[in-house]
Amino acid sequence: MTKRGFASWGRYPHSEQSGLPLHWRSDIASQLKGSGQLAWGNGRSYGDVCQASSGRVMPMRALNRLIDADWETGVLRSEAGATLEEILAVAIPKGWFLPVLPGTQQVTLGGAVANDVHGKNHHRRGTFGSHVVSLELYRTDRGLLNCSRINSAELFNATIGGLGLTGIIGSVEVQLQPLQSSNIDSRCFRFQSLAEFLSLCEQYDTKSEYSVAWLDCTAKDARGVFSCGNHADDGAAEVAVKGRLKVPFAPPLSPINRPSVALINRFLYRWQGRKPRLRQGYRDFLCPLDGIAHWNRAYGRAGFQQYQCVIPRPEAEAALEEILARVRQARQGSFMSVLKVCGKARSPGLLSFPLPGISLALDFPQRPALNPLFRDLDAIVSSSGGRLYPAKDAHMSAEHFQQGYPRWAELESLRDPALLSRFWQRVTDAAGCVR
Amino acid sequence: MKRILIIGATSAIASACARRWAQPGTRFYLVARSRDKLATIARDLEIRGASVSQDCLDLDRLDTHRGLLDRCLATLGPPDLTLVAHGTLPQPEESRDQAAVAAACFHTNATSTISLLTEIGGRLAQAGGGRIAVLSSVAGERGRPSNYPYGASKAAVTAFCEGQRAWLFRRGVAILVVKPGFVDTPMTAGMEIPAALSTTPERVAADIDRALGREHDTLYTPWFWSPIMRVIRLLPTFLFKRMDL
Repeated sequence: MTKRGFASWGRYPHSEQSGLPLHWRSDIASQLKGSGQLAWGNGRSYGDVCQASSGRVMPMRALNRLIDADWETGVLRSEAGATLEEILAVAIPKGWFLPVLPGTQQVTLGGAVANDVHGKNHHRRGTFGSHVVSLELYRTDRGLLNCSRINSAELFNATIGGLGLTGIIGSVEVQLQPLQSSNIDSRCFRFQSLAEFLSLCEQYDTKSEYSVAWLDCTAKDARGVFSCGNHADDGAAEVAVKGRLKVPFAPPLSPINRPSVALINRFLYRWQGRKPRLRQGYRDFLCPLDGIAHWNRAYGRAGFQQYQCVIPRPEAEAALEEILARVRQARQGSFMSVLKVCGKARSPGLLSFPLPGISLALDFPQRPALNPLFRDLDAIVSSSGGRLYPAKDAHMSAEHFQQGYPRWAELESLRDPALLSRFWQRVTDAAGCVR
Repeated sequence: MKRILIIGATSAIASACARRWAQPGTRFYLVARSRDKLATIARDLEIRGASVSQDCLDLDRLDTHRGLLDRCLATLGPPDLTLVAHGTLPQPEESRDQAAVAAACFHTNATSTISLLTEIGGRLAQAGGGRIAVLSSVAGERGRPSNYPYGASKAAVTAFCEGQRAWLFRRGVAILVVKPGFVDTPMTAGMEIPAALSTTPERVAADIDRALGREHDTLYTPWFWSPIMRVIRLLPTFLFKRMDL
């Protein structure tokens, strides 16, 4: 057994994690013993939501076999360790696509369900969990369960966005979406203020399957580039080829700092808006960072934190202005700053992140100066009724979490006694819950 | 590659290879001991467009080998490619101290592989061609104190293949001997392996694919095991016996 590969994507907080890879679903029962364990997918969540409280994870990546596929109806069942990239490689040539693809294809099916991920089409399709037909769940107290909206519906709902705590997800059945072409016809527009961004959303979100905006948060105003797109009507359905770029190692000091970010942002602002209309492959449009393997290493050994919040619509503009002003004032640059309008679709999950409103994600190199900044940002988010994304989080307080996710106690009551993450320990501790 | 016979099809390296080769038009004949695991692998390959025949067999029973090849040839015809990937890795202490464990390891890894290769080689020579890939190990290069019963069984496979390769060469049959280092598989579960030296079954499968395409005779995977083993082979015995490898 090797020790590599059990650092979360942000490489912060550090925690020693180890585990024996699972190779067969029939072995889940014998390996799930004791307490404080957690399934480990592909290590794409940023903070400690993927870290087991005991330090013993169950690596699931080898469980990546397809179980059933109906190419007439587009219903696919696969073991939970398969990545979305692996699913697309099989589905696209058959004329099907995932209804929801987050910013990376490198997450596992199980991880996509446990974090109820969303993509650039949230305003139309909602979260990943809304398209799950059924789940195979293994629990220490109830054994193997087949959960769906009809069978064990309570556990089915709780497992969607359940942060992997309701049992080990063995397989996932998902409804795919028909595809004409794997290319996306995209348009992009530069904007100079949040108001301008919002009017672009209003104008184009109804006409577009996908929409997202990149923000230059080092600039004086909230300038950025809004892009939207639809699958092309013609052209081939082709699987994206793997990128060749990669960050080979994490340098001792991060090359990502205030001056370099300002420079990169200025370039990105010019470069992204250079062509108002563009036909792109789905990966280049939906998962641009997948083109650079291990891009998280660019933040150096200290790692980074992503601050992703969602603010309900009425308060959104004012709260976001305040957040961006505070970030500029702290002189903490972020070059992957992403704005996205979330739709009204409700997920079956108890702890799904999106709310009808606007989501903002900011990446910061890890340093002590982030603590006061995050404290201030948290105050703005919580007073405007917003919340943070557990999959990205490494700092949120128990109080803030419980305020943002009032149904957390329901999930706690459905948690498998053998499973516990460091995140869950952190955000439920203040309530003095018994374990 | 159209017709592919895989012995030990549920092993991690074999199933990674099979997935690379699975596409519409590929016909697999898969052999493994566990019926359930074999069915899981077969279903995955079928969804990827391949057609699959399953044969559930305990390969330790040498008297089954002839019948296995009969059935395979009747179903598939002579395979274009055969991958021999079954094997076992006993606990070092057990195989060192218990004669039965050491002998059983040799039986599975060496005797049954030699018996199978004899059957396969004969049939392919008769058919006039084909390609065989056999999983050996870097452990077969020298008997190391940490696991010499395993190393001895792999050394037997390597030496057998070297001779059989020369014999089959003029009969149109090629043999690739694959020597992986540490691979993250159920076989190595529980071993403490330095991360820098270990690799994944997918990477080994990619290397096997490339070596088959280039018609190589021997493959070290990952590549760095080739220079490492060259040095280890050159170590004089008076030094080697004092080292804890």
